[in-house]
Amino acid sequence: MKTFLTHLLIAGLLLTGGAAIATDVADISLLKYPEPAGEKCVEPAEKMRREHMDLIQHQRDETMHNGVRGITAKHSLKGCIDCHVGYDDQDKAVSINAEGQFCQSCHNYAAVSIDCFSCHRTTPDGENPMRKSAMTNPHQ
Amino acid sequence: MSENMTDQSRRSFIKKAATGSAIATIAPGVVLYNVAQASRDPGEAVTDKVRWGMLIDANKCADGCTDCVTACHEENGVHQLGRPATDAQWIRKVTLRDKQTGKEYGIPMLCQHCEHPPCVDVCPTGASFKRADGIVLVDKHICIGCRYCMMACPYKARSFIHEDVTDQRDHAPRGKGTVESCTFCVHKVDAGEGTTACVEACTHNALIFGDLNDPDSEVSRELNNYPSRQLRADLRLNQGVRYRNI
Repeated sequence: MKTFLTHLLIAGLLLTGGAAIATDVADISLLKYPEPAGEKCVEPAEKMRREHMDLIQHQRDETMHNGVRGITAKHSLKGCIDCHVGYDDQDKAVSINAEGQFCQSCHNYAAVSIDCFSCHRTTPDGENPMRKSAMTNPHQ
Repeated sequence: MSENMTDQSRRSFIKKAATGSAIATIAPGVVLYNVAQASRDPGEAVTDKVRWGMLIDANKCADGCTDCVTACHEENGVHQLGRPATDAQWIRKVTLRDKQTGKEYGIPMLCQHCEHPPCVDVCPTGASFKRADGIVLVDKHICIGCRYCMMACPYKARSFIHEDVTDQRDHAPRGKGTVESCTFCVHKVDAGEGTTACVEACTHNALIFGDLNDPDSEVSRELNNYPSRQLRADLRLNQGVRYRNI
């Protein structure tokens, strides 16, 4: 009886553990989108998946009202686009909200519409600093 | 809580006192005064130490020249769709005519960046706001497109975006259903350039941009040395944009 209870307990733990893992990290291996240009994100991927909307909303107020721009604007949408934008066969940037691109693929998976791009530009404006560094890096 | 706040204000006072009156002695008798700087440290919020303003000389503004308008709209991605009734205008040339003499002359008209902006007073959502450094902006994230500000503005400086917009500039997001106007090229100002696209484009030196709080800036010196006017000064809005020779 004791062993049965122990087994039940272990099975229960495994089940809840498994469920917790399933809800914590969605299986994004099903999603296809271009590889980011940079080596690492401004925050850990898990944090970005859950909190990117809050981070960019906080940044937007900092930029809009306090004029914090450029390199000090760590969580700027512009930074996201520069790093995550994909390029087509003609080496032309593809809109980040187009099908199969970074923002759209995940938002489509999560069934959440994106409002950003009714106003914001969807590709880097002019030369993309992230792309340049990626292309000149011989190790990539 | 109140103790904390007192402590904070005391600290900021000491900090301000330390930075505001930085005087360095280079050699005996030679003293370097640190004047109020228009530029700020990266990551630091804008403050009211600076107030951005512009002086426009109607005498120097050439007839038929629209370089400032073209440059502004190019810089900020304000595409014209060939529909003058609804196309956005961040800056435009208006023609003034003296009824007595018939003399006509043009001046550029843009957001006057008032100290007491009527557009901010009437905005129901807080989207229309004035930055600490005097630049009046629309936070399009919270603009609902009601257009009260357009009715309140005595200078017709604002435009409503009627159609979907694509190919915006990355520093100037714009989209359907929001109101917009001249931003004093806030992205350039924040980058420390201290100028605007229209000023850079003016080959007649009719426009001067600078810090009104700094007595040594070109715009302040010009305003101190020669007469200038605020448009509709009777409204007591204390605009950041001043005109000369009108």
